[in-house]
Amino acid sequence: MTTSAVDVSTAAERADIDEHAELLPELVAHLREHRSELREEWSTRINAAHLLAAMTPQEITSETQSVYDNYVEVLETGSVEALQRYARDLSERIIPRGVETHEVVGIVLLLRDVLARSLFKKYQQDFALLNRVLDAYEPAANRIANTVAVSFVDERERVIRDQQDAIRELSTPVLQVRERLLILPIIGVLDNQRASQLTEQLLHGIRTHRAKVVVIDITGVADVDEPVANHLVKTVDASRLMGASVIITGLSSEIAQTLVMIGVDLNKMNTIGDLQGGIEEAERLLGFKVTKSAES
Amino acid sequence: MLVSILRQGDFLIASIHTALDDAELLKFQQDVVTKIGEHRSRGVIIDVAALDVLDSFGSLTLRNLAHIARLRGSATVLVGIQPDVAFAIVQLGMNVDVHTALDLEEGLEMMEQLTGGRRAGRSSLAVLRDLP
Repeated sequence: MTTSAVDVSTAAERADIDEHAELLPELVAHLREHRSELREEWSTRINAAHLLAAMTPQEITSETQSVYDNYVEVLETGSVEALQRYARDLSERIIPRGVETHEVVGIVLLLRDVLARSLFKKYQQDFALLNRVLDAYEPAANRIANTVAVSFVDERERVIRDQQDAIRELSTPVLQVRERLLILPIIGVLDNQRASQLTEQLLHGIRTHRAKVVVIDITGVADVDEPVANHLVKTVDASRLMGASVIITGLSSEIAQTLVMIGVDLNKMNTIGDLQGGIEEAERLLGFKVTKSAES
Repeated sequence: MLVSILRQGDFLIASIHTALDDAELLKFQQDVVTKIGEHRSRGVIIDVAALDVLDSFGSLTLRNLAHIARLRGSATVLVGIQPDVAFAIVQLGMNVDVHTALDLEEGLEMMEQLTGGRRAGRSSLAVLRDLP
C-alpha cells in the first residue's frame, strides 16, 4: 500500500521535473528573443528606483547586460557556478565604490520581476500553462537571487576580515625611544581583544628590549569599559613582575572615573598627565638628563 | 637536579630549573630558609626563568618564601618571570608583593641597591622600609 503511494508521488515528481525540463528551454528562448526590450525595461526600473547611484549610466548598461546574460544562462544550464564567479567579481569591483547590499539585491529582484511580468504577458491566455511556467521559473529565479546576494555578502565580509587583520597588525606598536625605555601609543577603541593583544606585545617587548620603564599613552582612547580597565591594571601588575615599571599618560576624565569606580589600588598605578611628562619622568627614573645645547 | 642554591658573597642565588610539584616547592622553601641562616645571607635572588608555568600554589610559596626571608633578615628579589607567567599570576588575582627584576643581572643590581651594597654597614632592616 505504502509502496504504491511512494511510487505515485515519485512518478508525479518525475513528471514535474520532465515538464520543467521541457518548459525551461522555451522560457530561455523567450528571454533571449526579447533580450533588448526586457533589458531596457529593467534599466528603466533600476533608474526609477534610484539604485546603483554610485555608478555611471555606461557602467550600469554594461553590467546589466552581463547580469542579464548570466541570469538567462543559469536558467538554461541550472548551474550557478559561472554566475557565482561573476557575482564575486562584480562585488569586488563595486564594493569599493560604496554600492550597498540592498542595491545589489534590489536590482536582481527587479530583473526577476521584469522577467516574470513578461511571462505573465506571454502566457496570459492559458492560465494553467502560466502556472506551470512559473513553477519552473520561480525556483531557478530564487536560486539566482540567493546566489548573487550571498556572493556579495561573502565578498563584503572578506574585505572586512582583511581590514580587521590589517588594523590588528598596525594597532599596537611597541617602540623603544631610549635605552630600556619603551612607549606604547594607543589610539582608537580599546576593546577586550585589543587589550589582550596589547598585553602580550608589551610583555614580550619588555623581554626583548630589556625594558625598565614603559610609558603607555592612552590620549587617543576616549573611554574604556570595566573589563578593559581591569585588564589595563593587570598589565601594569604583570609588567612589574617582569621588573619594568609602567607609567600611564593621557588618561581621559572618563577613563579616570572608570578606574576609580572599579576601585583600582592607586598606589600601583603610576599616572602622569601627558606623554611629554611621562617621558620626562621615565628619563628621570632611568637617569637620563636631556639638556639643550648651548648654540640653540 | 631540580634546583640549585648557590652562595654569592652575601647573597644566595636560588634557581629553579624545572617545574616543581607542591612537595618539592615546600622543600625548596625550607632549604632556602635554612641556608639564609647558615650563610647569614642578606639577600636571596630566586631565578624562575626556566619556568613556563607557575600555578597558584607556586606563586603563593614564592611569596611566602620572600616574607619568611624578610623575617630572617634577608631581602628577596624574584627574577626571570616569563611574560605568560607574569600575566597568569595577575590573571589569577594573586598578590605577589615582592621585588622583581627582569633577569639575574638586573636582580643582582637591584639587590645591591636594596641592601646598600655588599658588606656595607647598612642594617638589613633598612630593606623593610622600601618594599613596593
